[in-house]
Amino acid sequence: MIKNIPLPGTDDVHDEIFWKSTLESKLVVQHCSSCDEPRFPPRPMCPYCNSLSSVWKKCSGEGTIYSFVVPRPPLLPAFEELSPYIVALVALKEYPSIRMIGRLKTKAHVDIKSLEEVKFNIDDEVKVSFEKMADDVALPYWTLIT
Amino acid sequence: MKDKTAIVGIGQTVFEKKSKDTELILACKAIKSALDDAGIEPREVDSLGSYTFEETEGFEIARNLGFGEMHYWSEAPYGGGASCAAIGQVAMSIASGISEVGVVWRSRKRGDPSSRMWSHAEERMYDHWKWSRPFGLVRPADESSMLMRRYLHEYSYSREDMAHIALSLRKYANNNEKALMHDKELSFDDYMEARMISDPLCLFDNCLESDGAIAVVLVSEQRANKLKQKPAYIHSYSQGMSDQHQLMTDYHGSNPLISSSYTTAKNLYRQSDYSANDIDVAQFYDAFSPMIPFSLEAYQFCGQGEALGIISEGGIDLDGLLPVNTSGGGMSEVYLHGMNLVIEGVRQIRGTSTSQVKDAKLSLVTTCDATPNAAILLKGD
Repeated sequence: MIKNIPLPGTDDVHDEIFWKSTLESKLVVQHCSSCDEPRFPPRPMCPYCNSLSSVWKKCSGEGTIYSFVVPRPPLLPAFEELSPYIVALVALKEYPSIRMIGRLKTKAHVDIKSLEEVKFNIDDEVKVSFEKMADDVALPYWTLIT
Repeated sequence: MKDKTAIVGIGQTVFEKKSKDTELILACKAIKSALDDAGIEPREVDSLGSYTFEETEGFEIARNLGFGEMHYWSEAPYGGGASCAAIGQVAMSIASGISEVGVVWRSRKRGDPSSRMWSHAEERMYDHWKWSRPFGLVRPADESSMLMRRYLHEYSYSREDMAHIALSLRKYANNNEKALMHDKELSFDDYMEARMISDPLCLFDNCLESDGAIAVVLVSEQRANKLKQKPAYIHSYSQGMSDQHQLMTDYHGSNPLISSSYTTAKNLYRQSDYSANDIDVAQFYDAFSPMIPFSLEAYQFCGQGEALGIISEGGIDLDGLLPVNTSGGGMSEVYLHGMNLVIEGVRQIRGTSTSQVKDAKLSLVTTCDATPNAAILLKGD
């Protein structure tokens, strides 16, 4: 088993702009250049008008918790060390139909360890931050807006 | 293809936590057993169906069993979503006259924790898992749990309600002496005190890790009527993939609680003479407990948000609204990517289940709610 947290490949032409943006602490959403519909996860073709051209627009980075889980062992070793931690599925404020996954952390940027430690629930508001994981990877995570 | 083909043979190995046999030997044993059950010689088999994550090769199966000239084979994608797809594809081959006798099998040694697929994660991810696994959503249990918490929230249910999924299945396994959990009773307190795997899913919301193999034999309606077993006719079959589906992390459609099962169900009933009200018994794919209430709703046995309430009042027990996973299912009998559900669906038609539904004539079998999937509706005479 790998020792580290698995990371996304960032050199895929279909989503490299997303990962370059996270390195600059920006959360961007792919939009169709032709019909302007947003889509996620990134992909080459717009499912609404089949255009192959797209643009990336920065969003506020705010959203609401659609759902969350608390994984417990057995996990990959790097996640066992962090466990218990909370993974949230977040609906973006400007695009409620777009949902992104990330760990939920306190304002001090440490993992929230339990539902008792910090009171929160589905539909609570969150804001994105970024954690540098490698030269080419910064992963988005979420903190509660209180 | 309505009622043009039937499952006429079923076979299984012993189910174990750790089998001494290889997957190839397990597959050979299960297939031979299914052919003997049907009363068909191996040389008559001319078509094969499997589904992904099957490690044994079709030609190895054919040359071990001594099949004759082969005319059709296919491997359906998406693992646990595909047992009924593999069966449906072989049935189409027989119904259309390409082949005459088909075998579909699954052999799997999953008892050893080292065989867990998520534990083989690579340092870098290039497929759709890159949007979930680096964030700690590592295992299928985590992916399923995400939708269950939303469901509990939207419809005001709790773990107390969830408990009855595992409890109902365990009671069926306690009746089935071939089930891995036959001797192990499960109480409400056992469930509530169990360790969490991915909150809100606890240990008993997960399928078993087990070794074994299962096979079925299919022939045409005309041939089926001359064989020794009561035929389980394939009344209707469909695969299904919903709009904007994503494998296992199916979170990006307009409503994540509307799975691919809704697509499969609609097209299954469209081809059928029957509706959900007519169905006597169902086997719902249950890698994780949420898939059972989700499937109960998708296959139109109740309205959205109602299933967990029905289950908590005994709705999937033998005297309930719809008996479900009557051999114990993946959570309490054996986890073989859903093939145990197929042969239990056949046993219900034959009248030989250890938790038999009286006079069962219509028996539904489904596959994984969280992947592109498939279902078959089996019919007795």
